[in-house]
Amino acid sequence: MGKTLAEKIWQEHVVRSVAGEPDLIYIDLHLIHEVTSAQAFDGLRLSGRKVRRPELTLATEDHNTPTQNIDLPIADPVSKLQVDTLRNNCAEFGVRIHSLGDIDQGIVHVVGPQLGLTQPGMTIVCGDSHTSTHGAFGALAFGIGTSEVEHVLATQTLPLVRPKTMAINVEGELQPGVTAKDVILAIIAQIGTGGGQGYVLEYRGSAIKALSMEARMTVCNMSIEAGARAGLISPDEKTFEYIKGKPHAPADWDAAVAYWNTLYTDADAKFDVEITLDANALAPFVTWGTNPGQGAPLNGEVPNPALIDDPEERGAAERALVYMDLTAGTPLKNIAIDTVFLGSCTNGRIEDLRSAAAILDGQKIASSLRMLVVPGSARVRLQAEAEGLDKIFMAAGAEWRNAGCSMCLGMNPDQLAPGERSASTSNRNFEGRQGKGGRTHLVSPLVAAATAIRGTLSSPADL
Amino acid sequence: MEKFITHVGTAVPLRRSNVDTDQIIPAVYLKRVTRSGFEDGLFAAWRNDPEFILNKEPYKHGTILVAGADFGTGSSREHAVWALQNYGFKVIISPRFADIFRGNSAKGGLLTIILPQDQVEALWRAIEADPSLPVRVSLEERTVSYGSKTLPFEMDEYTRWRLMEGLDDIGLTLKQTDSIDAFEQARTAVKPATLPIR
Ligand code: SF4
Repeated sequence: MGKTLAEKIWQEHVVRSVAGEPDLIYIDLHLIHEVTSAQAFDGLRLSGRKVRRPELTLATEDHNTPTQNIDLPIADPVSKLQVDTLRNNCAEFGVRIHSLGDIDQGIVHVVGPQLGLTQPGMTIVCGDSHTSTHGAFGALAFGIGTSEVEHVLATQTLPLVRPKTMAINVEGELQPGVTAKDVILAIIAQIGTGGGQGYVLEYRGSAIKALSMEARMTVCNMSIEAGARAGLISPDEKTFEYIKGKPHAPADWDAAVAYWNTLYTDADAKFDVEITLDANALAPFVTWGTNPGQGAPLNGEVPNPALIDDPEERGAAERALVYMDLTAGTPLKNIAIDTVFLGSCTNGRIEDLRSAAAILDGQKIASSLRMLVVPGSARVRLQAEAEGLDKIFMAAGAEWRNAGCSMCLGMNPDQLAPGERSASTSNRNFEGRQGKGGRTHLVSPLVAAATAIRGTLSSPADL
Repeated sequence: MEKFITHVGTAVPLRRSNVDTDQIIPAVYLKRVTRSGFEDGLFAAWRNDPEFILNKEPYKHGTILVAGADFGTGSSREHAVWALQNYGFKVIISPRFADIFRGNSAKGGLLTIILPQDQVEALWRAIEADPSLPVRVSLEERTVSYGSKTLPFEMDEYTRWRLMEGLDDIGLTLKQTDSIDAFEQARTAVKPATLPIR
């Protein structure tokens, strides 16, 4: 019987396999940032261990770095402590770092691909659950905790239990205005926030093939919100084209492409689970609740929890509506927004900024709201500025910021005030995620832009 | 890492499902560079409410947390495990855990036990009716017992052995250094390195 892509990559990275124990898996690339690495380096130091392969490790500063006045010392003393600690650790252990102000600084999952370090067939880990983003290149990539970060630093391996595989076939053609973000939100709403647990999701089908590399990253990015640690897309010509010319693209290009061309799921391979979605039927999607599975088409209404059969889900929906201050039956398009956030590792790449700018060009954002545009990396910012996108955003009344995670998780000063409601292109609408008491609706960049203009949740078709 | 054989303690009924790691420890508490002191951030938003279960006697001294399904979803932050442990929790019981949280817990020596929803509900009722009811968790026997009830749970042999021996993962892997060396020798040359490009 044939193998799935995930099985192929897994098998190629087994250092040791013993019945009854997790496999010891080799890690090709380890990305680190300031929030989940300090204690790992601390652990190494305490036990007198070294970083085994510093040249397979890369650090960037992103989670709590400021997006304004980045030339000044970081004002928040704890953020400063974390960033300084990362810099000291990288210097001490010999790890390459891209610090605030560096041209390659940015969100770790934007930086890896833009440097060309993310390539098909690799195992990639990072102490951040959205590491699944790199799966868009046909790499097995997943988030790990700080003890695992320490484990990878010390051994360049991880003991892991082989995951099951799930195929998600998205067949057909997306309607205009429907984006990768809508696809993944619809998938999560269908399988639930626990539906992918224990699986690697492989996204397949004509609609996935048709997506650009950046859109594929958006899809894989949110695999974790369906409970899966990793999402995968088989590499193809688009993947190779994207890597070509990047700083770390393989020197022996032909050898690399020959290898990459072996990375697909065999026709006779069997997935543990297989589901299919009709791309033609998908519409712009937004969340109404406090987990990414609580979403609905934008043309719909806030659902009535009383109509939900499952008692757990019903309870969760009731609590979500209280927290979100929403009433069942309200058309989603009537929900007024205070803050629009365009950015994050889900939707902070150049194509995301271009698509939002195209909507905002010559328009003004509603006077009732503020809009923050935060590029995913310094290079994305420079590219956008070269294309004049910053001017479009600022002329529309939005704020143009420096790169980082920013309001995706509100660890830096970019936060929602209590009760404030956002339309956010990020990936998590958990209670308080974007600031204590803040209310988050997850949306695509197109919906974010249209919402900014109209003041209520909207799609470009409503303009 | 401390060895885990058996533990008897006060169990806390947390009647909520989908308790994500942002609830367990909000992001603002993550800005630290040590492994201790995270107990002040545990369930920080909920603890402002005097009615919250951990603000009540005797639950505030609880060591076994009994939660609804999908505990530990969301961000991979291991601080969630540290916060629970720093507070004093030794065991978390839930019908379903998020994978990463469960992995992090095993590494840190925090025991996560899966019990079916109906058994969790029965346990909730019992510890609500009698908050001081001792609950006993035996990793040796793989059972949770309280009152006259003894509930078996599953735990893979490897994780159980590690927790019972209090063994740290890195030390175990470093015993395999020869295998890692051999793997690296055979590794394909097309994989990139992060050495600075000049
Ligand atoms: S942008 Fe958000 S989800 Fe992505 S790495 Fe940063 S905090 Fe995590």
